[in-house]
Amino acid sequence: MSQKVTVRKFDAVIVGAGGAGLRAAIQLSEAGLKTAVLTKVFPTRSHTVAAQGGVAASLGNSEEDHWHWHMYDTVKGSDWLGDQDAIEFMCRKANECVIELEHYGMPFDRLDNGRIYQRPFGGHMSNFGEKPVRRSCAAADRTGHAMLHAMYQRNVRASTQFFVEWMALDLIRDAEGEVLGVTAMEMETGEIYAFHARATIFATGGAGRIYYSSTNAFINTGDGVGMAARAGIPLEDMEFWQFHPTGVAGAGVLITEGVRGEGGILRNSNGERFMERYAPNAKDLASRDVVSRAMVTEINEGRGCGPNKDFVLLDITHLPPETIMKRLPGIHEIAVQFAGVDALKEPIPVVPTCHYQMGGIPTNYHGQVVVPGKRSQNEIVPGFYAAGECACASVHGANRLGTNSLLDLLVFGKSAGETAVEELKKSPKAHKELPADAFERSLARLDRLNTQKDGANVHETQLAMRRTMQKHAGVFRFNDLLKEGVQKILEVQQDVQRTEIKDKSQVFNTARIEALELDNLIEVAVATMVSAEARKESRGAHVRDDAPDTPEHPNGRDDANWLKHTLWYKEGNRLDYKSVNLRPLTVETIALKKRAY
Amino acid sequence: MTTRTLQFKIYRYDPDQDQKPYMQDIAVEVDSTDRKLLDALVKLKAVDDSIAFRRSCREGVCGSDALNINGRNGLACLTDLGSFPDGKPIVLRPLPGLPIIRDLIVDMTQFFKQYHSIKPYLINNDPPPERERLQSPEDREELDGLYECILCACCSTSCPSFWWNPDKFVGPAGLLAAYRFIADTRDQATNERLDNLEDPYRLFRCHTIMNCVDVCPKGLNPTKAIGKIKDMMVKRAI
Repeated sequence: MSQKVTVRKFDAVIVGAGGAGLRAAIQLSEAGLKTAVLTKVFPTRSHTVAAQGGVAASLGNSEEDHWHWHMYDTVKGSDWLGDQDAIEFMCRKANECVIELEHYGMPFDRLDNGRIYQRPFGGHMSNFGEKPVRRSCAAADRTGHAMLHAMYQRNVRASTQFFVEWMALDLIRDAEGEVLGVTAMEMETGEIYAFHARATIFATGGAGRIYYSSTNAFINTGDGVGMAARAGIPLEDMEFWQFHPTGVAGAGVLITEGVRGEGGILRNSNGERFMERYAPNAKDLASRDVVSRAMVTEINEGRGCGPNKDFVLLDITHLPPETIMKRLPGIHEIAVQFAGVDALKEPIPVVPTCHYQMGGIPTNYHGQVVVPGKRSQNEIVPGFYAAGECACASVHGANRLGTNSLLDLLVFGKSAGETAVEELKKSPKAHKELPADAFERSLARLDRLNTQKDGANVHETQLAMRRTMQKHAGVFRFNDLLKEGVQKILEVQQDVQRTEIKDKSQVFNTARIEALELDNLIEVAVATMVSAEARKESRGAHVRDDAPDTPEHPNGRDDANWLKHTLWYKEGNRLDYKSVNLRPLTVETIALKKRAY
Repeated sequence: MTTRTLQFKIYRYDPDQDQKPYMQDIAVEVDSTDRKLLDALVKLKAVDDSIAFRRSCREGVCGSDALNINGRNGLACLTDLGSFPDGKPIVLRPLPGLPIIRDLIVDMTQFFKQYHSIKPYLINNDPPPERERLQSPEDREELDGLYECILCACCSTSCPSFWWNPDKFVGPAGLLAAYRFIADTRDQATNERLDNLEDPYRLFRCHTIMNCVDVCPKGLNPTKAIGKIKDMMVKRAI
């Protein structure tokens, strides 16, 4: 099949209209640049909408706070794998970005003095790790919804041009490696277009759907990460996945850490507040990786709840009902809908659930994509930017703090947008010519899918992938399971290359979309498993049985050999490494030490 | 694991293949881990990959999977499978009153056009202060029940006034959004917003039938918000 490809020219194309994409779009539209925003779903349906607990900023509205403390917490949370220049940049920009949102109209909750309401959150402390601090700026427990709508609304005001229900297929790169746009499919008609642009910004979100049990939406299929990998861009630190401590048992739906911020407590089958044993200082507000491992340990040691002893309980029955209904109304609703409990009266059954991708497309703190080259380990890929969960700046390192994801997408969405505006103003107005093979990869994928006979079933193949990831690269990791996992995921990859769909319609063909999404998911899954198998230490969310806590290697961390970022290349399924930037922009390095809460 | 078989009657139409729409009878086996209608739809799609519907968050916040379920608008992801009586097929149709693209997927252009028509963004022409604009908790509370809208269109597509005049009547979702900005102490465009709605159709086609309140999956009350706008119009006139 030789499909017609229509070329459209823009100054910039943004792929994804969640928080990062919308924030970048504001920057470009308000600068008067001709910008196309492609999105698989109507912008307010993007997964930022599901974020609950808040966005971090050291506004200090309730008590003293400082961006430097926030920076310290983020570096410590990252288990020192985060780049300290990017972390300083993010924490310093936080106040400005949150205040801008307020000016856009975001309905933050308020304190009596009219300022933005802030609540405590896991791992956020005052005075370099002393005690929990109120840093999370919240709109009840619907912060992501309020934020996403406010940013969409600001884009309506700026007359941003959206292409709603368009799926980007592949990155267009020329022989010099410069990025010149993307190919995309209009879902309603099945027609293929190329968006020829002088700047391409990926804001495609995460890929939590590689796991069987995930808080993520169906659309979180790592499209940008997959496209980048196919175009030869390495993926950074893909072994690090956050398991959120409190997904509703069985359903996977997220229960915000804000519940614990408001005073909620985790209990085992003895009714014990077990976090006191694992994190005597921060207790239930320790970092997410720490809490998730404590929960799994409780379950593994027989202190889980329910008939199968396979979950623990999140208890808020001691909180005043007014607080719950005022600050956590969405959680009350979710508990009724998905756990069948009235959280005012009964605890909520919860289990650690895959939530967030710490790794992604490597960028600097300007939002520019960087890859190792002849001159340095961070050479800029001309014309290519990434921000939000699909990108790795890297601010989250081996473990992200709650509320830092909404901050990440604001700061780096804006930063990528600003950098693109500057670069576009500097560079010549003319578009560089598209290479002759610009559409080849996409057309070959579509052609293969349309003509595949006796192929693999898409639904079963994605289930096999998700089960493999869940079993072989979960909260705790085991050397033998990882080794076996690599073999298994490569077998699943073979099936992904021969998926077959029955539906061949051109009109809104969701079977085709799911098959194309699986092409992206599998890149993420393979990158994760291969990177995880290779990292022979425990750090942050990556904890393995053969790297235990010893006096020589506290928490199993091995800085001498493994204080470095992983880079996975699709071609040859190859790994490389680059050093962590321990040098902040203006302050002193936050020195390595053992992580304890 | 206990399983049961659910019978469906599903509206099908693919303009690429079908001369006209038809209702498809199809059954699917669900087990005790399948709680919601969306879980069953995902299983159905594994059996017949040509069934087209929108879905994303599966927890009632993204607003993608609004359908007409046994004659009533709702979200598939918040509809309990246990709520369906045994032995009777579950009838699924696209949201009423909007053009159909394919199967359960409607063209929402008109719905969003109305939402955009009310200028759904904060208008404040003062230079932005260095810090946040202050708002008391009481003033902020005025936005509760308004800002939580997920734009699923369950309300507008259950409203007879919107069916008749989707091009002229803003509809409950758009009007709820209009009042969300009118009620915001930080917004300075109340008069302009009221002017924008002062015509025989845009606001006043609401005849308080209250279908919108009945179906809103977030428990919001567009009729109440519309009533408040009407009150402000009257007060402004005298």
